[in-house]
Amino acid sequence: MELALEARSVTKTYQVGDGTVNAVDEVDLNLQRGEFVALVGPSGSGKTTLLAILAGLLSPTSGNIMIDGHDLATMREAERARFRRRNIGFTFQANNLVPYLTALENVELMLRLNREFNGAGRERARELLVRLGMEERLNALPRQLSGGQRQRVSIARSLINQPTLVLADEPTASLDTERAFQVVETLAGLVHEQNRVGIMVTHDLRMVEYADRVVQLLDGRVARIVSPEEDLACLADPAECSMIPTDVLGFEEGAQNDN
Amino acid sequence: MFTAIHLALKEVWRNRGRFLLFSLVVALITLLILFVAALGEGLGSGNREYLEKLNAELIAYQDTARLSIASSRIGCEKRREIRRIEGVREVGAIGFASASIPVSGQDEPLDISLIGVEPGKPGAPPAVTGRGLLRRNADEAMIDRTVALMMRLRVGDWLTVRSIQGNEDQFYDLEVVGISDSRKYGLRSSVFVPIVTWDKIRPKAVVGPGEEEPACNVVAVQIEDPTQLDPLRQLVQARVSDIEVVDRKTAYENTPGYTEQQSTLNTQNGFALLIGVLVIGGFFQIQTLQKVPQIGMLKAIGTPNLVVALAVMIQIVVVTLLGVAIGSLATLGLASVFPPNIPIVFEPRSGAMAVASILLMGPLGGLLSIRYSLRVEPLIALGLSS
Repeated sequence: MELALEARSVTKTYQVGDGTVNAVDEVDLNLQRGEFVALVGPSGSGKTTLLAILAGLLSPTSGNIMIDGHDLATMREAERARFRRRNIGFTFQANNLVPYLTALENVELMLRLNREFNGAGRERARELLVRLGMEERLNALPRQLSGGQRQRVSIARSLINQPTLVLADEPTASLDTERAFQVVETLAGLVHEQNRVGIMVTHDLRMVEYADRVVQLLDGRVARIVSPEEDLACLADPAECSMIPTDVLGFEEGAQNDN
Repeated sequence: MFTAIHLALKEVWRNRGRFLLFSLVVALITLLILFVAALGEGLGSGNREYLEKLNAELIAYQDTARLSIASSRIGCEKRREIRRIEGVREVGAIGFASASIPVSGQDEPLDISLIGVEPGKPGAPPAVTGRGLLRRNADEAMIDRTVALMMRLRVGDWLTVRSIQGNEDQFYDLEVVGISDSRKYGLRSSVFVPIVTWDKIRPKAVVGPGEEEPACNVVAVQIEDPTQLDPLRQLVQARVSDIEVVDRKTAYENTPGYTEQQSTLNTQNGFALLIGVLVIGGFFQIQTLQKVPQIGMLKAIGTPNLVVALAVMIQIVVVTLLGVAIGSLATLGLASVFPPNIPIVFEPRSGAMAVASILLMGPLGGLLSIRYSLRVEPLIALGLSS
C-alpha cells in the first residue's frame, strides 16, 4: 500500500476571550491509496476543521500535512490553490455546483481550471457522468436536478482530475436515506476503483458502512477508530469498542491514548 | 483568462433577463448623460457659434464694457487706429441686436440675432449658398442655415424683419442673397445685414435715421500671424486707448450666462456619472454578496483569485457595454424626432468623451465588488471562517 496522506501532530488553536480552544488537537493520521475513511463525531468535535486543514484551506497552528510527499505548510496561498485544483477533489454539503453551468460544464470546469479542457478531457467528463447515471441530465442546470443528482455531479467533478485526495463534507446531509446510500456507495466505489484516498465527514452513522476505517473525533482529538469488522454500535457506545492496533489502522502511536 | 470569460459569459447568458434589466438601467443613465452633454453642446454652441467661427483672431471691446457685447460701443476712429497697427491684417465692425421674423400662420415669430457686419471684412460670414453681402447700406441679408431651414427660405427670397422703433413695431423687407452655415449667437439663429442697414433696423428707443458712420458693439481683428496672437493682443490694447482686446474663446466665455450655463450642465453630468458609478457599484456589490457561498466553493476547488476577479470585471464590462450601446441608440433615435428648435447638438468629441466616461464608470463602480469577491474565503464552502 502506498502512503498518500500523512498528518503529524496537527493542532488548530483559536483564541476565545482570554483563553484558547484547540479545535483540532494533536491529530496524527496516515492514509493509504485506495482507502475510504469516514470522519465522525458530534457537532463541534473538529471534523470540518480537520477536513479544512487536510484540504489546505486552513493552516494548522502546528503540525504537518504531507500529501503525496508535498508539505502543505510550506506552500503559499496561490501555490496551495494550484495544489488543491490538481490534487484534491471536493464534495460539499451545499452550494456544490456553479448554478449557471450545466452538469457537464460543472465537471468540465475542473478541466478548464487545470488547462486540460480538450477533446479527451471532455469525453472523460461525459463518461464519468454517464457512469454515475447522469446520461439524461448532462445539459441540465443544477436547479433542474434532484439533490442526489447534484451530489453525483459533484462527485464526478471531484474525481475528474484524478486527484490524490477526495474530500466530502456531509455529502448526504440533504438527501433522503435511499439516495444518501447511493451517493456514498458511488463515492466509495470510485475511490476504491480509481485508487484515490477518500475522506468523508458525516454525522450519519449508517453511512460509514462503506468506509474502510472510521475515525471518531471528540473535542478535536481522535477518540477512537473502528474497523469495518466492528459493530457500528461501538461508535454509539464506547463500551462496545475494542482497541485496534495502530499499525493496522495507520494511526501514529499515541493518537489512541485519548480513547 | 478563458475560464474567466467562460464563467462570466455563461452567467450573463443563463441569467440574461436579470443582466438585461440592469443593462437597461445603464442605458437610461447613458441616455441621460448623452442628452445633458448634447444639451450642453447645443446651448453652448447656440451661445458661442458665431464668435467661435469668426474669421478674426481678436475682438476689441470698449474697455468699460467689461467684455459685455451689449454694453460695448466702439466708434470709427478706434477701428481705423486698430487697422493701422503693424501685424493687423484687417478689421471689421460688428453690431449685435435682437429682432424677429414674423411667421405666417403662427402667433409666435422667430426670434433672431440681427448682426451687422461690414461686407467683405472680418465678421461677415462666408456664404455656403449664394453670395456674401456686398454694399454697406443695401437692403439685403445673409441668413444662417437654421433660419433657412425653419423659415424655408432660399436665396432670392425676401424676408421681413420686425424690430421695435420707439413704441412701435417696424417691418423691414430684405432680400436673401446668401446662406451661411449655422452661426447662432445668444441662442438665436442669425441674420447678417450690412452695418449701415443694421443701424437702421436695430431696435431703438427713439425713432430716427441711423448715424452716418454707425457705432458698432465690437471690432473683429484679423491678424497677419496667428502664432503671435497674445503679443499682438497686448500691442493693440497698448496702442489704442479705451479698448479691451481678447481672443475668441475669452469673448464667448464672457457672453451673458455662458459660463454659468455650462458649469450647471457639467455639474449635472458629473452627478449623473456619480449616480451611474453608485448604481453599477451597488448592483454588483449585491450580486457578489448573494454569490459569497458560490465564490467560496470556486476558491475551495482551486479557482485562482485572478479568475474570480476577471469574471466579475468581464461581467461589469459586458453589462456596461450593452447598456451604453442601447442608451446611445435610444438617444440617437429620440434626438431624430426632437423638433429643431430644441438645442440638442451631438458633437462627436463630447459624445465620445461622455461614452468613454460611462464606460469607465462601470469598472469604477464595480471595483468594490471585485475587492469583496477577492476577500471571500474558500473556507465559506465548508461553513467555516478563519
